[in-house]
Amino acid sequence: MASTGVARAPSRNGHVGDERRNGDVEQSGRSLLGRLASGVVDQVQRRIPRGDLDERDPDFIRERLPLMWLAATVWYRGEVRGLGNIPDEGPVLLVGNHSGGNMIPDTLLFTLAFSTFFGVERRFYQLAHNLVLALPGLGSLRKFGTVAASPSNAREALESGAALLVYPGGDYEVHRPTWERNRVDFGGRKGFIRLALEQDVPMVPVVSIGGQETALFLTRGEGLARLLGLDRMFRLKVLPISLALPWGVNVGDMLGHIPLPAKLTIETLPAIDLREEFGPDPDIDDIYDHLIRLMQETLDALASERRRPILG
Amino acid sequence: MRVAANTRVVAPIDRVWSFVSDPERVLSFMSGVTRWEVASVRHTGLGARYRVLFRVGAAEIGGLIEVVEFEPPREFAWTSVLGIDQRGRWRLRELPGGHTNVELRMAYGVAGSGRSGWIAERVAAPTVTRHLRRTLGQLKRMIEQEQLRERAAARRSAARAV
Repeated sequence: MASTGVARAPSRNGHVGDERRNGDVEQSGRSLLGRLASGVVDQVQRRIPRGDLDERDPDFIRERLPLMWLAATVWYRGEVRGLGNIPDEGPVLLVGNHSGGNMIPDTLLFTLAFSTFFGVERRFYQLAHNLVLALPGLGSLRKFGTVAASPSNAREALESGAALLVYPGGDYEVHRPTWERNRVDFGGRKGFIRLALEQDVPMVPVVSIGGQETALFLTRGEGLARLLGLDRMFRLKVLPISLALPWGVNVGDMLGHIPLPAKLTIETLPAIDLREEFGPDPDIDDIYDHLIRLMQETLDALASERRRPILG
Repeated sequence: MRVAANTRVVAPIDRVWSFVSDPERVLSFMSGVTRWEVASVRHTGLGARYRVLFRVGAAEIGGLIEVVEFEPPREFAWTSVLGIDQRGRWRLRELPGGHTNVELRMAYGVAGSGRSGWIAERVAAPTVTRHLRRTLGQLKRMIEQEQLRERAAARRSAARAV
């Protein structure tokens, strides 16, 4: 389509030869851009580590707990309730709502709370967007048990008997506007339900509040992401725009930001045995609607406890 | 980091010991403790293991502990097997007049955590100390009130007998 347009474009001086030459120049320019883009994609994809669950390092996590505790206690005044609802052993799928842009403060708090409650010895993995693991400086996340979000990694983690934390809303939910901060929005993603059914593991909803007050999130920038082809290249459906420290206007949030010290609260709900509650051959949409309703009600209750944004 | 608190309980040392060495009673007087579960065949005594959690700041911190000193009615000490590194000790000493001096010590930290660990230990210290003081206050109140109730019951039954 583009090349046809180029061939039909009149040459500046009207010569056919020039027309062909101009077309060739433009074509080679486009192919250069295309090559550049695919080179970047290749580089990023090469940086995405293969799902190696063995990279999780309990000693590394233990040694980082004090730093995480300081951030969670002093900066976020974090509070995690109901960890006793998570089965003491065996595989379990933890399903959370996600907030706070790329700084993911709710994941920090929950990882700390899980690791101190059950001990770093209990295998615990978190699924993250491929791009997160490819970003420079974030390689240490793999030692915390963060693996690229893929069905095979998720299956492998649960088959190993681990607890697996997933954020179905992912980049779509984590960059929602601040005025939608008290809304659970998975964007209709239901793959995690199929996973829980396939692996026959209990599902534990994890509801958090406060993360979306760590910056002023303005828009997901879905149109912008589509326009730039980020979805095709990096599986990125959003190019968020926010007001955040120290950048002011922050486009993409690729370099992160300094989060505001908003109070974070996380509530872990009782485990759901899907086949026990929804029958031997459950309808995925029914489960999805039930889970969203349950998590939204909990989020509403947590929101009603808050008197002021950020202060909590 | 090591923190400690002590108090004087108006009760004989054996009565105080019966409280601090009983895992069933710990949750009723230990401040900040959200779990103290028996995790071994032995419920009490040397080698008994407990799964314990203390709420400090944003997290419930603890792990598996094992009793490493058990000398009734004077010394009860534990150390961590899993979880955050910690040691604790109940140190009871008999005082004149049937009173008991009770000291509760805690030492905690994370080996290999470097500067952040050093800072975190100090930031946590006031909270941990407050929990220790509250624990001793609650223990003292429980023991002395129980003793008062027993004396009152004894007086009532003696009066009825007369």
